Amino acid sequence: MKTNRLQQLFADKNEPVLAVYFMAGYPQRDDTLPLLQNLEAAGADLVEIGIPFSDPLADGPVIQACGQCALENGMTLVLLFEQLRDMRSSVTIPVVLMGYINPVLQFGVERFCEACRNAGVDGVILPDLPPDEFEMTYKPVFDQYGIAIILLITPQTSPERIRKIDTCSSGFVYAVSASATTGATQAFGEAQVAYFQRLQKMKLNNPVLAGFGIHNHAGFAAAAQYVNGAITGSAFLRHVTENGTDAPGITHFIKTIKQPEYDYPVTS
Amino acid sequence: MNYQVTEDGYYGTFGGAFIPEMLYPNVAELRLQYRAIMEEPEFKKAFHNLLRNYVGRPTPLTEARHLSAKYGARIFLKREDLNHTGAHKINNTIGQVLLAQRLGKTRIIAETGAGQHGVATATVCALAGLPCIVYMGEADIKRQAPNVARMRMLGATVVPVTSGSRTLKDATNEAIRDWISNPETTHYIIGSVVGPHPYPDMVARFQSVISEEIKTQLLEQTGSAFPDYVIACVGGGSNAAGAFYHFINHHEVKLVAVEAAGKGIHSGYSAAATVLGKPGVIHGSKTLLMQTADGQITEPHSISAGLDYPGIGPLHAHLFETGRAIFLSATDDEALEAAQLLAQTEGIIPALESAHALAALEQLCFKPDDVVVLNLSGRGDKDMDTYIKHLNENEPAAATVC
Repeated sequence: MKTNRLQQLFADKNEPVLAVYFMAGYPQRDDTLPLLQNLEAAGADLVEIGIPFSDPLADGPVIQACGQCALENGMTLVLLFEQLRDMRSSVTIPVVLMGYINPVLQFGVERFCEACRNAGVDGVILPDLPPDEFEMTYKPVFDQYGIAIILLITPQTSPERIRKIDTCSSGFVYAVSASATTGATQAFGEAQVAYFQRLQKMKLNNPVLAGFGIHNHAGFAAAAQYVNGAITGSAFLRHVTENGTDAPGITHFIKTIKQPEYDYPVTS
Repeated sequence: MNYQVTEDGYYGTFGGAFIPEMLYPNVAELRLQYRAIMEEPEFKKAFHNLLRNYVGRPTPLTEARHLSAKYGARIFLKREDLNHTGAHKINNTIGQVLLAQRLGKTRIIAETGAGQHGVATATVCALAGLPCIVYMGEADIKRQAPNVARMRMLGATVVPVTSGSRTLKDATNEAIRDWISNPETTHYIIGSVVGPHPYPDMVARFQSVISEEIKTQLLEQTGSAFPDYVIACVGGGSNAAGAFYHFINHHEVKLVAVEAAGKGIHSGYSAAATVLGKPGVIHGSKTLLMQTADGQITEPHSISAGLDYPGIGPLHAHLFETGRAIFLSATDDEALEAAQLLAQTEGIIPALESAHALAALEQLCFKPDDVVVLNLSGRGDKDMDTYIKHLNENEPAAATVC
């Protein structure tokens, strides 16, 4: 099972896990693999690679703009798998792809799962593929190729449905921190704390990573008190947009999220 | 063959609810309650009272004597153009605003392309005293200034959408993003038979009043409730869904859906989703949609903003796939000519959308005793700029008869 890299990460890790999201083909078309390598070197524990899509309805302005730019750069899913073909000769951390269902449907679900396995991609996050549709149609193919499916829960998800989503997920569960699209910057407040405490008490089968609105050490540390770690996406893309893709800059960014002494406003 | 939606929200292989988890509670609430609420006597009473005394229903069924003579059949026009706000769109917005109130929602959002659905939503929100936010592509705001002014006069907030191609599909994305961010207070009034289950079925049911009335009126005027043809234009397909609804299981009634071919189906400027589209997921449902080999949704073109959508509702994708409906298309120019013909022979200026349905009369061969009902979905006031430009440029060409 290719989920081993994900399982291993959460089994071995005593500290909170930091997952970083970036967009394939951004800022330049061929930045995908170098960015992935730089993130591993900088200390990211897990990477989510965004598949650009013309109509990203769960994303806020930052990821929308980066996806648009990637598409203009000529990025496609076919090209992404070419870029990732030899990924495992230089990258050891778990890698998951995150995108929307339509490009996957056009690529072919089975062909997609096979390409993930061949490239060493460990899991997939498709926010517009809900657990109900996944179980009804796609689960056998994902299982056949050993590709983890990471499903989302939100503060409005009922306890029964959280159990269902936990059962259906593999790798980890993605806890959206608030009712919002990606990149929202509301404070990590009481509502979030109550929500994560609730999740912590439920003792889910899967590890839980918090995402949406995690943009500094305070958010990361607050989430990590209750769940296994957090995902930062829009904040990292802002960093890349402003400072480029070079290794020292990325190392610095990772430290600002992971370590309190580096806690200064990342964004302008 | 079953043409009704299944429990899972499917029409054949099309439909479903491909939504991010953030929308699940809202969509599940609707799915679990819409049928029961729509069946409540009080709801029905309020809905039909507003349709009758506010919208002006039933709309007439007008026998079009000149068109009948020209095309060699008995042609009737279902006059949705005579509804309050000028199109069929208000049948759905009346229903959904009552539903939203029944669910305790305090804020309404909507998307709009040409502005007809936006105006119909702003109208019912004014009536219900609910705040109304309408998302509209920046490109469409420029093209449809009078409707933007109408929405504002009705008290709605019109939010310009600057993402993507700045048209209807982007306005829909932005409305969905708003809904994700305001799940508890807000109801999203989708304007067509698109979106996640139960929207396609819910909107079709609210629009089904069109075919319900056609049956009664046709019986009075011809002695039979069932015509030989029902013709309607299709963008997302709400007027067609309403006009077809009570005839779908009567196979002797031929259903004709007319898509916008734009500048020609293979010109690169078209919105004929059944010809150019492949199965895919747009705005929460699996349907036929125009897209690249990489699965990126492409920008359609039609002179009519109401048909300028890259997909069609899943019900229509199913009617297409099963062959239950005949799908035709009309170009921008054919629609313009058909609009002129109707204006000059019947004294009715149709919406550009409805003009596509009229243009399809040229492509069908009727028997003299065929009874044809064409759904005239809206009036042409909003399209006068386009019509004036066309009048100044061209004389109408002689139409060919089959």
